[in-house]
Amino acid sequence: MSLATIWDWFTDPANWQGTDGVPHRVLEHLFYTVLTLLIALVIAVPLGAWVGHSGRLRWLVTGANAARAVPTLGLLFAVSMFVGPLIQSDLAFVIPSITVLVLLAIPPLLSGTYAGIDSVEPAARDAARGMGMTGWQVLTKVEAPIALPLFLSGLRSATLQVIATATIAASVSLGGLGRYLIDGLASRDYVQMVCGSILVAVLALVADGILALLEKRAVSPGISGRATRVARSRARNSDPHPEPDLDGADRSDTGPRQPAVVGSGSTGPVEATAATGTPSERDRP
Amino acid sequence: MTWALDHIGDIMSRAGQHAWLAGLPLVLGLVIALPLGWLAARRPRMRAVLLTTTGLLYTIPSLALFILLPPLLGTKILDPVNVIVAMTVYTVALLTRTVADGLLSVDGSTQQAAIAMGYGSFARFRAVDLPLAVPVIAAGLRVAAVSNVSIVSVASLIGISQLGYFLTDGYARSFPTEVWVGIVACLLLALVFDLVIQVVSRVLTPWTRTVAA
Repeated sequence: MSLATIWDWFTDPANWQGTDGVPHRVLEHLFYTVLTLLIALVIAVPLGAWVGHSGRLRWLVTGANAARAVPTLGLLFAVSMFVGPLIQSDLAFVIPSITVLVLLAIPPLLSGTYAGIDSVEPAARDAARGMGMTGWQVLTKVEAPIALPLFLSGLRSATLQVIATATIAASVSLGGLGRYLIDGLASRDYVQMVCGSILVAVLALVADGILALLEKRAVSPGISGRATRVARSRARNSDPHPEPDLDGADRSDTGPRQPAVVGSGSTGPVEATAATGTPSERDRP
Repeated sequence: MTWALDHIGDIMSRAGQHAWLAGLPLVLGLVIALPLGWLAARRPRMRAVLLTTTGLLYTIPSLALFILLPPLLGTKILDPVNVIVAMTVYTVALLTRTVADGLLSVDGSTQQAAIAMGYGSFARFRAVDLPLAVPVIAAGLRVAAVSNVSIVSVASLIGISQLGYFLTDGYARSFPTEVWVGIVACLLLALVFDLVIQVVSRVLTPWTRTVAA
């Protein structure tokens, strides 16, 4: 096993064509991942948001987290054995695997959504109500932006979980990159196994990197602290009218403090706007 | 049930192997994560570097890591060392952040008091910061323990002996009982790990109970 043999595998045109080629396997893997996440999101997000918003049925979140102790491999085999024979088509291998992947993606999404909504301070909710927002506006303009960081970190761990388990699901005949690992093992083709593993690792790293970037971009500037930093540096740099220096000698100790007070005072409204999105103005027809 | 009783010897010996493959990495991982977490808690720049690196390692799917380690370590694919190393990597990745969070959660005035009493940097870490961080670290360790027990069973796909064998063997023979026995055994083992960590954590933090007593 050397780097040259790995290089040869990746540069062999035969490995880039047909249903067993790299592009097809990567697309298959991505298809399973996206499909699973979409189904899991439809189930977990409304449920998590409702539990976080109402504070009812919290045991659902605790229960879902405890269920993570079930070994993924066991779940995969058990569901395939029981659900597989019930389906009389080619989907007999796909549906059980997707079911298990959805089951595994739900706990992180559920607890991420729940924890995000739950982290909204009651004072922020009350303030939004006091500003005249409806329940829906409170949810979409206050709770959702504040919940976003925790939700996205739940989405990240769900995505990793699904990519990793979809690989294992090749052992119950699912397609995707796991095929290289499982088929390579069956035919003692160790080079193929290693190359498949490299592809899986790269896919997971790229997916995680994209979501990390999304996390950075999507989080409201008022929450990530970007707005504060930007506003502060703006206040510092573009202050065309610095405090008139009244008298040199006895203001010399208060002088340096003055711009700091002005700076933080001017960032206040900016932060508030970024976090809540000026609802009083925007929502008027 | 009768099948489980008939095979109790086999189940126990594989449970022992499973406990070893999942438990040793917990200890090794904690030993490595303590200094790393300490560094991450003290230096914000190191924190970013360390947490990004460990986060990337945690991203690599388990089956891929089990297969990629042999050529990197120069071991054979059936060598249990691969599983030990892989699980240690995951444990370190989880615990570095937890240790840093735990150390940062120590109250500032407590640290000031320790400094005023004449504790040096290391003595304060050992006698004040670390004990106070135990509950947070234990919580992280419980997460790592449960996930280790689950991930180790995946190694049965490449033929490493532990409780996961009952899963692959039961599936291959279309014998559901064996799969259920494997799942229940894994759950019980995870429960045992969880209880042990909770007990140790309680013993190490007697002051958390003095109020109630």
